[in-house]
Amino acid sequence: MIAFMARSAIQKLITLFFVAVISFLIIHLAPGEPSQVDPLNPKFTPEMVERFRKEFHLDKPLYVQFIYFYRDLFTGRTLSWKDNQSVLKKIRQRFINSLPLFIVGTILTWTISFPIGIRSAIFRGGTYDRSATFFAYLLISIPGFFFTYILIIFVVSHFQVPVIGMETFGMGDTTWLNRAMDRLWHLLLPSLLGATAGIAVLSRYVRSQMLEVEGQDYVRTAKAKGLAPDQVHYKHALRNALLPFVTMFGLILPGLIGGSVIIESIFAWPGMGRMAYEAILARDYPIILTLNFVSAVLVLIGTFISDLLYLVVDPRIRL
Amino acid sequence: MENATINSQNDLLEEPLAPKRTRLEEFWRLFRKNRLAIAGMFFFVLFFALAIIGFGLTRGSAPILDPALVRLQDKLRPPLARPNLERLQPHEIPKMGIYIFGTDDLGRDVFARMLQGSWVSLTVGFVAVGIAVLIGIFLGGIAGYYGNRHIRLGQLLAAALLISGALSLVSNMCWAAAVLLVCGAACIFVSLKMKKVPKRDTRSAAARLWYFKTLSIDTVVMRFVDIMLCFPSFFLILTVVALLPASIYNIMIVIGLTSWMGTTRFVRAEFLSLREQDFVAAARALGLNNFRIIFRHMIPNAVAPVLVSATIGIASAILTEAGLSFLGFGVPPPHATWGNILSDGKRFIFDAPWLTFVPGIAILIVVLSFNLFGEGLRDVLNPKLRERH
Repeated sequence: MIAFMARSAIQKLITLFFVAVISFLIIHLAPGEPSQVDPLNPKFTPEMVERFRKEFHLDKPLYVQFIYFYRDLFTGRTLSWKDNQSVLKKIRQRFINSLPLFIVGTILTWTISFPIGIRSAIFRGGTYDRSATFFAYLLISIPGFFFTYILIIFVVSHFQVPVIGMETFGMGDTTWLNRAMDRLWHLLLPSLLGATAGIAVLSRYVRSQMLEVEGQDYVRTAKAKGLAPDQVHYKHALRNALLPFVTMFGLILPGLIGGSVIIESIFAWPGMGRMAYEAILARDYPIILTLNFVSAVLVLIGTFISDLLYLVVDPRIRL
Repeated sequence: MENATINSQNDLLEEPLAPKRTRLEEFWRLFRKNRLAIAGMFFFVLFFALAIIGFGLTRGSAPILDPALVRLQDKLRPPLARPNLERLQPHEIPKMGIYIFGTDDLGRDVFARMLQGSWVSLTVGFVAVGIAVLIGIFLGGIAGYYGNRHIRLGQLLAAALLISGALSLVSNMCWAAAVLLVCGAACIFVSLKMKKVPKRDTRSAAARLWYFKTLSIDTVVMRFVDIMLCFPSFFLILTVVALLPASIYNIMIVIGLTSWMGTTRFVRAEFLSLREQDFVAAARALGLNNFRIIFRHMIPNAVAPVLVSATIGIASAILTEAGLSFLGFGVPPPHATWGNILSDGKRFIFDAPWLTFVPGIAILIVVLSFNLFGEGLRDVLNPKLRERH
């Protein structure tokens, strides 16, 4: 167990190093320089550009820049090129904004997709199953931005509530109940939209997993000895079908920093995705690279946790 | 008379056998049962035809349906509206005599723009997936077929020298680059010269170091896949597309270069199992070279899962392109894509909802049909997943 953990950790560190190198290369070898972002601005004189390049080590060779950048990142001194603020502080602020979206979205995904998938598997081939399948494909195929506008029109015209932004501007001193309801309405749509694809994919996965277990001999035995159908489905089949999903808890971790760019842009939600989008537009390399690095770290930690959970849950696996 | 008896004997002989069907007939028999997949295929073909017709109608300097013609007199007309004949110049009158999908805020015909955009979606989907599939088959094939061979230390040294030479060339250090590149070339030359690997006992210390086995090829390729999977894909695509000059070819290439990992894994898994099968052993025993074994015998047997994932990959490439156009990256403005029609139309969502709904529903239908068609293919091509009713 310890040996497995050590081996896996070393492997992941090597992977992380290469991710850092490749992302750095992609960004710095792309045509155009951050100092040329606004060449028409009269305040951007050649001396200014020169100072800018010197300040951010852009005049040094690439490998020196690489070392400087990751030294700054690990000591927490990375500065944004746009406004000279600490990158980590900015990311923390946006992360706190994105967190409620992530939590509500994850809860919605996992609570909605399981009942749908299980019911589809039990009544396989029936009307419910076929319509659930079709709707799952529909949700996977619908472009997020289009679906967003449909839902915004629907909610705004039927419930008359504002949905753009994190809260209604200028609420003044209303009661806390009003405030909470307002926040909730603003939270509901973006997190639901973030969850749609997840609901569709996960419910299909639950269905196929459940079908596989329902075909096993011990389920047939349970049926044959006259147990109530509910007991067969939920006690014998479901508990065994749940196994792979435990490990998926590790894999939702990268979603923490994902923050959909498109959804957050439409809803003017000041989260991670929007920050990434703004950083890309401004060629703010430190923020882009830091986000990339943090999300790679989360992906690696996620797979590590899911491997460990697999070990714990399934005693048949010996690594 | 004699012939007749022989024939009847043949009939008798063949009677108890299962009816003979070609692979295609069998495939079609199974595929037909899946009504959703049939609908998917219908729309797939329809979209293909429309995109090609649209390309023909909207290209050139004087197209039959001009997607860029501005008619400010006729702006924001609803779908199926007739053009305002008395206020239009003769050359501005639409050839169809009707605005099927209405016009946008500059009075451009949305139908013509949709046709132009369908060609963009089609080419982006197919070219991006084509690139991804080619890379996937290449890397997956190498990992699966040559996977247990090892990279020698000498080869690693040559590669490292060449790569660092290229890097220092990029970062304007000409002397270091020249030295590194020459050293790398010398390494390759030496290893080509000593093509025959000497016997283990007779090696000198230097040769032993030179031929020291490091990583297996399989490890290298699959770790590279792991590395690529660590990147958040849409964010990476967005970054690269934003940094590169706006052009449709860049989008195709970038989407292709960031989506080959699934195919690589599929092909590697298929190759690993095919490599051990009897027909490959027979082909090798016949003395066929590796090239022929891979391309004539193994790839045709490994192509089914690739085909499925390619179909679904086209769907997601179309979605990605639409998302990029929606955010304002990608194809430069006068050219219409479904994403930027929707993006332009969103300001008029209450006054002119067709500008949002026409492209949105078009993307939905096309992506849905590709997904359904792909899933139908998967069910038919993979007997293990075939549902038994």
